Amino acid sequence: MDNDLSPQDKKDLDKFIKFFALKTVQVIVQARLGEKICTRSSSSPTGSDWFNLAIKDIPEVTHEAKKALAGQLPSIGRSMCVEISLKTSEGDSMELETWCLEMNEKCDKDIKVSYTVYNRLSLLLKSLLAITRVTPAYKLSRKQGHDYVILYRIYFGEVQMAGLGEGFQTVRVGVVGTPIGTITLSCAYRTNLAFMSTRCRDSQFERTAPIMGIIIDHFVERPFGNVGHMHPCNYRAPGEEEGGAYAGVEDSQEVCTTSFSTSPPSQCVLTVSKAHLKTPKPVLMDTLKVPVMGLGFSHQLYSSRLSYQPPTLGAADLCHPATCSAAHPHQMAVPGKEGGVPQVPMQPYHGAQAEHGRRPSCPSSDTAHHIPATPSSSGEDAETCSRSSDLKSASPSDTLETTFTRKVGAFVNKPTTQVTTASLDLPFAAFAPRAYDLEENDPMVHPPDSPATSSPLQGSLHSQGSSETGEQAQEDFVMVDFKPAFSKDDLLPMDLGTFYREFQNPPQLASLTIDVSAQSMAEDLDSLPEKLALYEKNIDEFDAFVETLQ
Amino acid sequence: MNCRSEVLEVTVEGRQVDEAMLALLHTILLHRSTGKFHYKKEGTYSIGTVGTQDIDCDFIDFTFVRVTSDELDRVIRKAVGEFKDALSNSGSDGMGQISLEFYQKKKSRWPFSDECIPWEVWSIKVNVVNLANEQERQICREKVGEKLGEKVINIVEVINRHEYLPKMPTQSEVDNVFDTSLKDVQPYLYKITYQITDSLGTSVSTTMRRLIKDTLAL
Repeated sequence: MDNDLSPQDKKDLDKFIKFFALKTVQVIVQARLGEKICTRSSSSPTGSDWFNLAIKDIPEVTHEAKKALAGQLPSIGRSMCVEISLKTSEGDSMELETWCLEMNEKCDKDIKVSYTVYNRLSLLLKSLLAITRVTPAYKLSRKQGHDYVILYRIYFGEVQMAGLGEGFQTVRVGVVGTPIGTITLSCAYRTNLAFMSTRCRDSQFERTAPIMGIIIDHFVERPFGNVGHMHPCNYRAPGEEEGGAYAGVEDSQEVCTTSFSTSPPSQCVLTVSKAHLKTPKPVLMDTLKVPVMGLGFSHQLYSSRLSYQPPTLGAADLCHPATCSAAHPHQMAVPGKEGGVPQVPMQPYHGAQAEHGRRPSCPSSDTAHHIPATPSSSGEDAETCSRSSDLKSASPSDTLETTFTRKVGAFVNKPTTQVTTASLDLPFAAFAPRAYDLEENDPMVHPPDSPATSSPLQGSLHSQGSSETGEQAQEDFVMVDFKPAFSKDDLLPMDLGTFYREFQNPPQLASLTIDVSAQSMAEDLDSLPEKLALYEKNIDEFDAFVETLQ
Repeated sequence: MNCRSEVLEVTVEGRQVDEAMLALLHTILLHRSTGKFHYKKEGTYSIGTVGTQDIDCDFIDFTFVRVTSDELDRVIRKAVGEFKDALSNSGSDGMGQISLEFYQKKKSRWPFSDECIPWEVWSIKVNVVNLANEQERQICREKVGEKLGEKVINIVEVINRHEYLPKMPTQSEVDNVFDTSLKDVQPYLYKITYQITDSLGTSVSTTMRRLIKDTLAL
């Protein structure tokens, strides 16, 4: 098979394929971070940019990819796949896309490896850049952070598309023939987002739930417009400071020989998410531990745009019975924006992710300043911190485990506690931290034993997710009261939102209401003589009035 | 030589013309641009790096990727601006076509001027509609976004057939194949032309004129 291929060419080809695979993963993952990517063109070749494209390398992603590949290359029957999924703050997840880099037997012996193959791989990467912005998951990923996050998982081996639901579509990005086979890059994406919409129907929202609506009505009319853009975008690629520098050397036809450095291993990333929906269940913490079968594991993907987090949000149920509406995020977002997770020792993105396994986009520690409320907020956050470190410490010990933790966040209706703080005349008083008695039961602090399972990651991700959230599915989505911030319902019988809605437009003129006028016209005509008689009787008064005006 | 010709059709609202054209033209140019060539001795060359940038459209629910080159962007914007002006000035039912043609120059001997031999032509047919109210505009935003997505997939499909591409030139020939006037990227030699179809369908005559001109040029 390799007789026609010189050893140098074979070596080059393997290297090209390997780096192509790594760059493919980078492009896909970066496209789902939720923000716009911009890299600079450089006319002088630095030699370190593979395929002559400026694609940044996020070290964690490279690490994951290398781990998944485990030194192998995509070959026949063994494809490299990147799976993109969405995970809501309640812990439900749904696969959105699977990108596959496959190799088949069809060889193109005549092709020049170092030149044509390289250029075609470069073209394929450009196509990938274009296509990643076109699939439906792109728009979803741009709006992530508030109620859901986008995760990725890299695996090597058989392509699994079962999780994409019925009617998934495939788009082929391109093919490149090489002397050892044909490389194909394609994407299978879900078209059926139905599970989201059924939730909405089951729930008793009094208006189309703006929270879920952000996801569902991506494909239907969106009543509240684009609430996703309010999140700041300060993702800083860690790749610059650390991580792989690929030194390139040009010789006869700009073959890029590289020496690369291994990037530092990353920790398992925790998913710490917030729910904005009221749920009646007092304990809503789920820990979803998914054993990883050595070849891939999910990582949470999001840029700093993440995390609208209400100021005093700890991990758990905040009692506040208020709910979020779409108007809410607008109001709340300002403090929330800096919200992040306040007490995490504020490190830049990569540090945060690598060391603490928290949401990498944890913005700065200014949050604390923006939280006007309660002193116990710091307690909350320390708790959050400890939780994460708990989980984090749990994870390295189970070397191949990833923990998904679902937090119940703000606006969860805790029937037990805290109406007292609501009566305080503090803004965000209603978000005052919950009672501490829950801490003993808090599975985040005392993580439950991980379920032992030998099913592949794919299966466990879904089965666990569905079983655990299954029975809670109905309860999770209960009616959400529309309670805008700063509104107190002790003053007026109606809340601010209703008031606003009612009085937003001036009342209809009586004379313009059609049903009335039809009758009253006749009545008016009849009553005219009486009115005239009345006015004539009072004519003196009117005259006196007119006198006073003059 | 056979020139590859691809036609893409879009129907947009007036405000969306600019962005739709930019999106498609930039997507094509992304694939048809390389880094700057730096020739060294012994006929070898190295290639610069091309950066990319995500651009969100304001009037369409769409994001496209273009090469990071302000100069190229300016050139394309200017061409699209002219096209749009021509469209609105034509007073017709708003149909027009903008073409992006990649060509190679072939030096001819005196007294003949250099020939421009196209090897790929992308024609984007535009149909401009007017919408009555905001509701329709909102729907149009999303629909056009989806349509543009489909067009991008079409473009990628054509490009990935890996059909004819000009050979990589030697240093002396590079200007016959590539546009070396930009300082950060190097697209293949291209030209953008447009024609407006007015309601009388005089595009037939313009097409005939072009055909004759092209034949003579060859």
